[in-house]
Amino acid sequence: MEEYVLMKGNEAIAEAAIRAGTDGYFGYPITPQSEVLEYLTAARLHERTGMVVLQAESEVAAINMLYGGAGAGKKVLTTSSGPGISLMQEGISYMAGSELPCLIVNVVRGGPGLGTIQPAQSDYFQSTKGGGHGDYRLITLAPASVQEMADFVSLGFDLAFKYRNPVMILTDGALGQMMEKVKFKPQQPRSKKSPHWATTGKTPDRERIFITSLNLDPACQERFNIKLKAKYKEISEKEVRYEKIECDDADYLFVAYGTSSRICQKSIQLARNEGIKVGLFRPITLWPFPYKEIMEMTGQVKGMLSVEMSAGQMVEDVKLAVEAKVKVDHYGRMGGIVHSPEEIVKALKQKIIGG
Amino acid sequence: MTEEIIIAGFGGQGVLSMGKILCYSGVMEGQEVSWMPSYGPEMRGGTANVTVILSDKMISSPIINTYDTAIILNQQSMDKFESAIKPGGLLIYDGNSIIRHPERDDINIYRVDATEEATKMETTKTFNMIMLGGYLKVKKLFKLESVIKGLKKSLPERYHHLIPVNVKAIHRGMEIIKEVATIS
Repeated sequence: MEEYVLMKGNEAIAEAAIRAGTDGYFGYPITPQSEVLEYLTAARLHERTGMVVLQAESEVAAINMLYGGAGAGKKVLTTSSGPGISLMQEGISYMAGSELPCLIVNVVRGGPGLGTIQPAQSDYFQSTKGGGHGDYRLITLAPASVQEMADFVSLGFDLAFKYRNPVMILTDGALGQMMEKVKFKPQQPRSKKSPHWATTGKTPDRERIFITSLNLDPACQERFNIKLKAKYKEISEKEVRYEKIECDDADYLFVAYGTSSRICQKSIQLARNEGIKVGLFRPITLWPFPYKEIMEMTGQVKGMLSVEMSAGQMVEDVKLAVEAKVKVDHYGRMGGIVHSPEEIVKALKQKIIGG
Repeated sequence: MTEEIIIAGFGGQGVLSMGKILCYSGVMEGQEVSWMPSYGPEMRGGTANVTVILSDKMISSPIINTYDTAIILNQQSMDKFESAIKPGGLLIYDGNSIIRHPERDDINIYRVDATEEATKMETTKTFNMIMLGGYLKVKKLFKLESVIKGLKKSLPERYHHLIPVNVKAIHRGMEIIKEVATIS
């Protein structure tokens, strides 16, 4: 398909997953991401790639199916929304602890608890600061368009296999439900080769392979933690991604990802019509976070407003980045309410310019 | 050119599909498009609306509060969105679905009696295409062939035999749209 098609973000994830040569999808329906499972089950996959699609009995089961599939060296995917992702946290920690690659998509809705089915960005802490237990990190990608929803599927798998670590696409109900035009990459075949670490059955010519996150000897566990730490350091150095929009002459900065970054671009137009020079810094990887690149902006701008559909989560990383050199504040609606471009401009004036 | 549109009515009136056909027509002419639905637990009979943006440039926010055009298909939507039209903007409504007529005097207002007209067509499901025809008469956004291509892309193949009746409905809408009040 070389031409543009019109698709919902959720559908784009599903189609991109098929084309990326995904071996298995395991998931459980939840609004606002159910279109992923719907699309995959209607896609006649037996005629396309033979990808397995299974509706698990729960999210807990789904993430453990990912563990099994990944252990066999397969490309495995699940999608859910906040409440389901919470149920998966144990499995995500186990996969990080077993160095297993997988792709997890969180189409975020308002929380805490069952919350609402409308879009939110309140799972930032959960994705970037753990969520599950133990010293691990989750590579977290934040798309801002339906095209990026599609593109980040193959990027996510590449990073997951390169570093043998779970990768999360952190998006929200607005991007999941909205349609934009999208162009897909050509179909990639499913891989016939297994990675060297995969448990595909012992042959006489090699040692047994164990995949486990259990290590009862503290000395061994610490050696493993040191190895993980070095891996996370390497990821932090090599994989930071971000975009700067209208920053060249900016006096002020919005820092926003996903849906909020789109709305901020409209706010930039409104503010610039009033003579306020504001730009946008859009982190694309939320972990690793672009601390250094945001720090570099402190030489230029007088203040930063972190715009998120949450009570203020990413703002903590923005504050860490700037080391109190410029004023940083947060603005965001919550509970499934999406802030308007006008509200953001008003907040910039009140909290940063006037404050 | 950027056109920011809200289409609002009941679920089942074809609100979302009208928006999708508009978007696909734009894609056929190389435009940037976005389609942002209100989504919720409600299905047929509940309120439904969709924000459609068509532009020559990259679209920033898919979520907006003011609109160049509102296509209004029931009274609740008139109450909600009449005030959200930009001054100088366009309001098109189904005259058969409205009790209270619009009151703004700083916008262009047209009516299409689409519910009534749809009963005269082969299927009343052409209602949304009659409204779309009216809109395309006032705002000459696309070539008709782009709209027909958009229809083909939007409809599953099993419904492609209904394309001629939908095209007929678009033409009907173009014929029956009535000016209520214009500012220029």
